[in-house]
Amino acid sequence: MDQELILELPNDIHSIEHAVEYVMEHCSGCCAYARKLNLNFRVGLSEALSNAMLYGNNRDPGKRVRVEVTVREEQVTARVTDQGSGFDHTLVPDPTLPGNRSKPGGRGIFLMKSLMDEVQFNEEGNSVTLILRLEEGSPDLAGGASA
Amino acid sequence: MAFQVSKSGDVTVIDVEGQLIVGNRQELKQKVLDELEGGERKFVVDFSSTGYIDSSGLGVLVSLSKKIREQGGELRIASLNEDLRTLFELTKLDTLFKIADSRDEALTGL
Repeated sequence: MDQELILELPNDIHSIEHAVEYVMEHCSGCCAYARKLNLNFRVGLSEALSNAMLYGNNRDPGKRVRVEVTVREEQVTARVTDQGSGFDHTLVPDPTLPGNRSKPGGRGIFLMKSLMDEVQFNEEGNSVTLILRLEEGSPDLAGGASA
Repeated sequence: MAFQVSKSGDVTVIDVEGQLIVGNRQELKQKVLDELEGGERKFVVDFSSTGYIDSSGLGVLVSLSKKIREQGGELRIASLNEDLRTLFELTKLDTLFKIADSRDEALTGL
């Protein structure tokens, strides 16, 4: 059931919905984990694409975002790479702290980290790899929460 | 049409159909701000027909709630499914909003 997908997206936030739907269609063979895929993976991938387009590529319509997805029996992996200069994800404050809850932004990376089993940034900070495990007993959305 | 605006007494109800995401959040924001500018102060956002909200969608709700409160009004959330409620709980936004199980419950006492 191994599948690999590579997408090159324009830096247009309106392309996110279609790209995510396209990727999800290729995960349909993992129906035993439908909820994890439909929520955890969908949210994680959407947030990674939003961050890449809005902050990584700084909304520049001349730039692109590369998405590499691997679907295996035991896990789904997505690497999202923008053409920006990168950023330090550790500097993003915890949006769940009382003083940050009423801020309109800052929840994207938190949701990625909460909903995926692993989130890895490259050293440059312009590429993020999301890993969701599809194993018996691996945490679902509620169990995977690290809030 | 992703957002349907209707009235229930003096409450403005917005139905979110499909998704509230980075690609359409500005549309919701503008609709609510137009109503606020027109004098409306009580709002319910009904998610009974919503499949997915991303962090930008959550952010626009936070932003709108703040603007409405500044005008002496209130924005309530209604009819979250299990997955959407989990997103509100994960982000602790369930502490920021009054979340009702149904539209009728949200309208009660508003």
